Amino acid sequence: MNLEVCLGKLKLKNPVMTASGTFGYGEEYAEFVDINRLGAVVVKGLSLRPKEGNPTPRIVETPSGMLNSIGLQNVGIERFIKEKLPFLRRFNTSVIVNFFGDTREEYALAAEKLSSADGIHGLEMNISCPNKQAGWSIFGTDPKVTYDVVSAVRKKTNLTLIVKLSPNVTDIALMAKVAEDAGADAVSVINTLTGMAIDIQTRKPKLANVRGGLSGPAIRPIAVRMVYEVKQSVKIPIIGMGGIMNSDDAMEFIIAGAAAVAVGTANFVNPRATVEILDGIIEYMKIHGIEDIGSLTGTVNVT
Amino acid sequence: MSRYFTSRIIENIALNTDHNLLTLSLPEGVAEPLPGQFYMIGVNRGTDPLLKRAFSLFRRTSDGFQVMYRIKGRGTSLLREMGKEVTIEVLGPLGNYYPVPPEGQAPLVIAGGIGLASVFPFLHAYQGRAFVFYGARSCDEIFMLDELKGMGREVFISTVDGSLGTKGNIVDTLDKYLESNRSDISKYVLYACGPQAMLRAISEVSASKGITAYISLEEHMACGLGACLGCVVKTKTGYKRVCKEGPVFKSEEITW
Repeated sequence: MNLEVCLGKLKLKNPVMTASGTFGYGEEYAEFVDINRLGAVVVKGLSLRPKEGNPTPRIVETPSGMLNSIGLQNVGIERFIKEKLPFLRRFNTSVIVNFFGDTREEYALAAEKLSSADGIHGLEMNISCPNKQAGWSIFGTDPKVTYDVVSAVRKKTNLTLIVKLSPNVTDIALMAKVAEDAGADAVSVINTLTGMAIDIQTRKPKLANVRGGLSGPAIRPIAVRMVYEVKQSVKIPIIGMGGIMNSDDAMEFIIAGAAAVAVGTANFVNPRATVEILDGIIEYMKIHGIEDIGSLTGTVNVT
Repeated sequence: MSRYFTSRIIENIALNTDHNLLTLSLPEGVAEPLPGQFYMIGVNRGTDPLLKRAFSLFRRTSDGFQVMYRIKGRGTSLLREMGKEVTIEVLGPLGNYYPVPPEGQAPLVIAGGIGLASVFPFLHAYQGRAFVFYGARSCDEIFMLDELKGMGREVFISTVDGSLGTKGNIVDTLDKYLESNRSDISKYVLYACGPQAMLRAISEVSASKGITAYISLEEHMACGLGACLGCVVKTKTGYKRVCKEGPVFKSEEITW
């Protein structure tokens, strides 16, 4: 049985990854999960400088989901390399670093710094964050800005470059094409959907930052639809994510068009979710006599 | 030592109209809890509600452990409906714990409402002399009084409606006690869990009288493992995770 998946030059041993921001820097889950079994660990998003994050409340539960507004809190690239990366190097699992910046130049510099560190196998760009040079509008909602920032990063790294697409756009297939044209090796589909919840007694937003990113099973049908649409528009592999709780959910994404999947919010509910999903995928392949996981990607029968 | 396991409900009894005491089995080989630690408990069947709920360890029993909870929202309402033999997913014990006071120092333990749940195991474990200041809105929200007295603790009670003990706020009772025992003040250490306003007042007492206070905090929590960064509290050295660096903090660390 072949579970291997290629993202650009990077070969993953299997299609199960962690979604950025839901698996810490790996250490938090090592007690529950054999990290060596994962296709890749995608770490919490990093920036050039440490970021304190938003005031609380930062999370609120919603029907079959949660809203978060953590505010990209992170230790910064330098401390990550010094303090967190050595732990991850101990495993025989691909390490993908999610990162972001306030400007195109910061993205490029961050990519450059990360690419020179030993033990990082791929980069994932978060483009769902505000652009300082464009009135803090979101990078990933404007095709031209997206093209510019992805190209700038592409010039600075030879590592596999994944662009994590924002679902808060009219046409995600177009954004995926733009990322591909700018040199991305793969796209992550999708990031959280912007949402809001209000306490009707106090009439205050339930999150201190007013809006937050919605994740969990509540967004899964949207994410599946977006993976399906992106699959029609690009040739590069898609990493499907959005409310994957079990292997049935993971298979749905693969059949819709994903080459790999990322498990996010499910880690909060069940710390063993990633490996249980991997076991379930293997079981599915056995039952259906599938030799190569890649042969299932995008096989949804819409006729 | 596993910290993620399936537990069986041994008992889930009502203490009053909106407080329950839940006894869960502890399978062999799982980690032993310490006073002040907490568990994340699955209250759902399916994905709604999605997240586990955090509950303080109330008591380690011979075959399991207990949590005391107030029925406040959907999660605790669902938990109340779960009967004997129902199995649930449990993650824990999590977080840090109440430190043992230094030699020669006596703990003054302050509980506000359901905050009793967190400090109770500390009182249970601590062998020396300890004082309890326990406040609630009304007498029907004061629990385990006989047990507290049975542990040989000196217990001060206050209720907001005056139905039991002193009428008013428990921090005022604490303050009066400290005022009338001024000469002993250096011998005390405070341990507190309760509503945020109470903890803040304790923090002020701690600062003005120069007494160390350990307070157990609560925040919205998703993972309980330090990964989601949802449950942070602002401290003098930046945001810290209630689930990991806490839930017990020195009150002087907190930026209110």
